Amino acid sequence: MLKHFHPSLDDHRIAKLAAFAIALHMLEAVVPSPLPGVKPGIANIVTLYVMYQYGFATAAWVSLLRVLASSLLLGQFLSPGFALSLAGAGLSLASLYAGMHLPKKWFGPVSLSVLAAFAHIAGQLLVVRFWLIPHAGVAYLVPVFAVAALLFGTINGLITAQLLKR
Amino acid sequence: MLNLKSIHKHLLLGDWLVLLLAALLVCLSFLSLWQNAPAAKVQISLADKVYATYSLNQAREIHVRGPLGEAVIQIAKGKARFAKSPCSSQYCVHQGWLSKAGQVAICIPNQISLALVGEAKPYDTLNY
Repeated sequence: MLKHFHPSLDDHRIAKLAAFAIALHMLEAVVPSPLPGVKPGIANIVTLYVMYQYGFATAAWVSLLRVLASSLLLGQFLSPGFALSLAGAGLSLASLYAGMHLPKKWFGPVSLSVLAAFAHIAGQLLVVRFWLIPHAGVAYLVPVFAVAALLFGTINGLITAQLLKR
Repeated sequence: MLNLKSIHKHLLLGDWLVLLLAALLVCLSFLSLWQNAPAAKVQISLADKVYATYSLNQAREIHVRGPLGEAVIQIAKGKARFAKSPCSSQYCVHQGWLSKAGQVAICIPNQISLALVGEAKPYDTLNY
């Protein structure tokens, strides 16, 4: 079965880009963060860049492969941490899919990046609230995550915009 | 790599709008979710259930057994904290003392969390 599988050019491209995203994800995993769960999410630059260059489907592949492979490398596959990553990535992709249809004339990568960052924390907080820690106290963390989403979403968006100009 | 002077070139009208709305959302979340009232009680949750609620007025240590092992929660001087936890990250312990209503310390690996709640409203005399 595998003998007859010939990876296409698209498959190679997805693999290369996912590998790059995984490297960024790993880099971020070893850098200590001042607050648990607050991370710059630099791997999302890859997702956003790929979406602009190669379309949504490729970006979705790259993002989900990155979540899967990173969790295997960090030994978190199917753990709560993996569920958080997956929920964040899933909702980010959904927001990017919706954001893609905004008029390009007015909304650039920064808009999409900020939207995706907020969708990411929304996904994670929903998992925390309804599965991991089901009580209302989680609301206390929302403002902190929202500030981080705004800050890192903007920075990642600006970096993506810069990369796309080249 | 990112030239600060050229940032405005990357921002379109809609981007400014999105940033403005996002900033507004952040401010609203702070205003509505961070009350500054002092806390009266600490609610300890284990997995999806409330394990116990204690007053913060009385100093004590509570031992709670989670999936990973025993965590020690300490109450003193109107504050509460994770004194010990068997989790590897120790984020919950490093969070330190909690004293304001609404504050939480969460230990995801061991499925134990603390939430401080404010004084219960004195409705007792309302239903005379």
